[in-house]
Amino acid sequence: MPFIVRRLAFYLVAAWVAITANFFIPRAMPGNPVESVVAKYPNLTPDAIKALELMLGGGQQGSLWSQYVTYLGHVFTFNFGADIANFPTPVSSLLAQTIPWTLTLVGVATVIAFAAGTGLGILAGWRHGGWLDRSLPGLMFLQAVPYFFLALVLVDVVGVELHWLPTGQGYNGAATQPGWDWAFIASAVQHAVLPAFTIVITSVAGWMLQMRNVMITTIGEDYVVAAQAKGLPSRRVIYTYAARNALLPQLQGFGLALGFVVSGALVMEIVFAYPGIGLLLLNAVSSDDYPLMQAIFLVITFTVLVANLIVDMVIVFFDPRVRAREATR
Amino acid sequence: MSPILEISDLSVAYRTPAGDVRAVEQVSLTLNAGEVVGLCGESGSGKSTLAYGATRLLRPPALITGGSVRYHGRRITHGGAPADILTLSRRELHALRWREIAIVFQSAMNALNPVLRVRNQLLDAVQAHLRLPGDEARDKVAGLLDLVGIPRDRLRSYPHELSGGMRQRVMIAMALASDPEVVIMDEPTTALDVVVQRDILAQIVELKETLGFAICFITHDLSLLLELADRIAVMYAGRLLETGSSQAIMRDPAHPYTRGLLNSFPSLHGPRRELVGIPGSPPDLRDPLPGCPFAPRCAHAVPACGAVDMTLEPWSGPASAPAEHLTACPIVTPEASRKEVLS
Amino acid sequence: MRTLAGIWRNLPLKAKAGAVLFGVFALAAIIGPEVAPYDPSYANPDPSLLMARPSAQHLLGTTQTGQDVLSQLLVGIRLTIELALLVGIIATALSVAVGVTSAFLGGVWDEILSLVSNVFLVIPALPLLILVLGYLPQKGQLPTIIVLSVLGWPWGARVIRAQTLMVRSRDFIAASRESGEKAWRIIAFEIIPNEVSLIAASFVNTVLYAIGTSVALAFVGLTDLNSWSLGTILYWAQSQQALQLGAWWWFVPPGLAVALIGTSLVLLNVGIDELGNPRLRASRGAAKVAGRRVWATDPTPVLAQLTAGRGRLAAFARSFSRSSLIDETPAGGELR
Repeated sequence: MPFIVRRLAFYLVAAWVAITANFFIPRAMPGNPVESVVAKYPNLTPDAIKALELMLGGGQQGSLWSQYVTYLGHVFTFNFGADIANFPTPVSSLLAQTIPWTLTLVGVATVIAFAAGTGLGILAGWRHGGWLDRSLPGLMFLQAVPYFFLALVLVDVVGVELHWLPTGQGYNGAATQPGWDWAFIASAVQHAVLPAFTIVITSVAGWMLQMRNVMITTIGEDYVVAAQAKGLPSRRVIYTYAARNALLPQLQGFGLALGFVVSGALVMEIVFAYPGIGLLLLNAVSSDDYPLMQAIFLVITFTVLVANLIVDMVIVFFDPRVRAREATR
Repeated sequence: MSPILEISDLSVAYRTPAGDVRAVEQVSLTLNAGEVVGLCGESGSGKSTLAYGATRLLRPPALITGGSVRYHGRRITHGGAPADILTLSRRELHALRWREIAIVFQSAMNALNPVLRVRNQLLDAVQAHLRLPGDEARDKVAGLLDLVGIPRDRLRSYPHELSGGMRQRVMIAMALASDPEVVIMDEPTTALDVVVQRDILAQIVELKETLGFAICFITHDLSLLLELADRIAVMYAGRLLETGSSQAIMRDPAHPYTRGLLNSFPSLHGPRRELVGIPGSPPDLRDPLPGCPFAPRCAHAVPACGAVDMTLEPWSGPASAPAEHLTACPIVTPEASRKEVLS
Repeated sequence: MRTLAGIWRNLPLKAKAGAVLFGVFALAAIIGPEVAPYDPSYANPDPSLLMARPSAQHLLGTTQTGQDVLSQLLVGIRLTIELALLVGIIATALSVAVGVTSAFLGGVWDEILSLVSNVFLVIPALPLLILVLGYLPQKGQLPTIIVLSVLGWPWGARVIRAQTLMVRSRDFIAASRESGEKAWRIIAFEIIPNEVSLIAASFVNTVLYAIGTSVALAFVGLTDLNSWSLGTILYWAQSQQALQLGAWWWFVPPGLAVALIGTSLVLLNVGIDELGNPRLRASRGAAKVAGRRVWATDPTPVLAQLTAGRGRLAAFARSFSRSSLIDETPAGGELR
């Protein structure tokens, strides 16, 4: 499958760029970040300070190149060092605590939004000009609303005023502890409803509009006219002839939009005080916790790259031309 | 000669905010069972619009503004009388399409679903109308490929894996899936090179002889029709200018436009002569001028051409019987054109 | 001036609505700060005016520290729009430059530039921005503009490159090249005019992205917290627990402003899209012929059938019957 191999190579390049950016940015900044950190957190061990210097530059740690190589090594072994604000907790354990929350919430909500949006888009495109289609401008208002603002409004209305759903946190800390028991899962789900709802509402319109546009173009293609000429049942024409082909550009768009989806979700978590990466990032930023910031950036980037790769694989599965194009090279 | 598809006074327009574009204007054409009728005209003459309009496959803003299209098939009737396609409901159209009237599209690459295998697309065509049990359907599909001379292992291919000629054959095979009475072929060989063209045309003729369907062959290439068609109809600016047997048209073209067409390609035999095209370009169909649309480009035009009502009248030239050879030009008469008969 | 009026007339309704809405905010941006009743940073120490509800004195209430929300809003609109427009211009200029050049030159340059765009596209923007701004000791407008522009051009560049490739392969470009016209002239006078609607859409898209991202960054605390952009207002509202204390007048107006500005841009965008590809208009979809709705996927309508009122009921009833062509008699009205 040469296509997938090429995409994988591309993502590796992108990952390398991200890592290198991570390495050079602190060194390119004015001032000495290490010094400011040490000033803020006087109880760091000399080892920790050395590790910081390796990560951020400054100090005498050997040539730039050797620092880079060591840094690369650390990244590949997921050794992000010790956290500063919560010294001496290692960064990786902080990440391990929060990633599952974000992944589940954002992953599930995004898939639901994409599926719903695409399905509605198919119908809106098929009945181009019908009521569903004409409702799009209204839905687009929702898309223009920043995730976190809608979150604020929802929390205010549903949580504070109406008390229907909890106003924050990932689970009811007073009642249960994390674990695979029913009480915890139920509480977690209850707390996830509002955040997930926010994500779905704000992104559905975008997916729907995109799919509707592609459907309209696809319906104009000769093979759809031919399918109708063949007297095929409408359902077959809509789904197997039109939608199946329209799905391909739609999936590509999904891959491209993943970065934005993740970004929006991060900030939204802050509003809900959801115990995911977003909240962790906020805390890291406000406390100048550089190792954590760097690690979070890398983790988010890698996740998006992996998700993109998965989308690429789905596209290959659905589009026989892609496989062929690479095979004949 | 029993008629199988009878188009009477069909008019099709595209309704735009700027007004109606009259793409087809009162065309009457009859297709008899088992016969090949060639529909000839340049781009924009309305020949495809006529064919797709007759089967109601045109998309908005197309609108059929008048006429009738009666189908005289034996399998499907409307209470004993021929069914007028223009009055059929959607469900009835589904039954009629493909089963009775099939279409071979111009560009097979565009007319085949890129993500479905050939086998599945053929199965779709078969099962939409025949509802056979699984094995029988698969056998039938394989048999269809045999009919057009494609190896059976191509069933598993996708359209982009086939050559141009093969794709067109698949289109033809698909058209024949439910044994139609009429096959409309819309410039099926235009996109192919000459050698492949030859093969496909030969195949089409052979299939027609075997299975006995009527063909409406649409093309801009009159030379093709002279060999292939039994009768030819010449269209221009949405109107029929001339109809007749291909013999008659070849030997004794009645309408100045047809003569122009015949003059514009060289013959392989006979003395060399100067090639003459037809100067000018087709008219804007939004505001058709009264009378004959070809008048602005016609060498024989006279002021009276603006009042011609474009009905087809018999022409009795030396090579044709009047009833079968019709022309819309009352100006060019057999006497006047004796000197201009082609070599 | 005349062509401008002509353009306006041809814009679909959505684009017009979006333009008008954006115009309102643009107006607010221009005159807002002059019209604002108070200095947004002025903290009124009067205890009765802390976190006060909207009143005649403070049309949108006050913040935790007694600052007037309306004034903050007006100043914020200007700052936010200014920043977004600047980013839009810079990033769009960059993306046109890169997109057109890369498509025009082709070959290895195209590969390199495409690779760079794709890498920037796939790396999520907000985390990177947070990272960069997090290191900066001073987080002001300028760094934000620079960083947003640097990360904002790949999207447009990709789209413009694709379009330029298509335009480039058209015959009239080949003709120009053959006749020896200089490359930059071809680009400026023949290629770009063909892509105006695409560039406009790309610009609007970039402005939208700039607004959303800058507000998000400010919300997280990564801007100059003494300047009153809409995101900063939201930051303070969030950190001062406006939500929990029920002070909706503090966070709803700025958020709503962001949402409305965003909506106006989205509408403009969709409208421009439809301008470039008129097929997409909803009005083009279900045509209304002789008063009846006809879907694009219906069989071609027949005028006589549509206007025959008598036939409508029969046709309706017929649509439920099975395909019984054999035993049905036509019930439509007279033809012609």
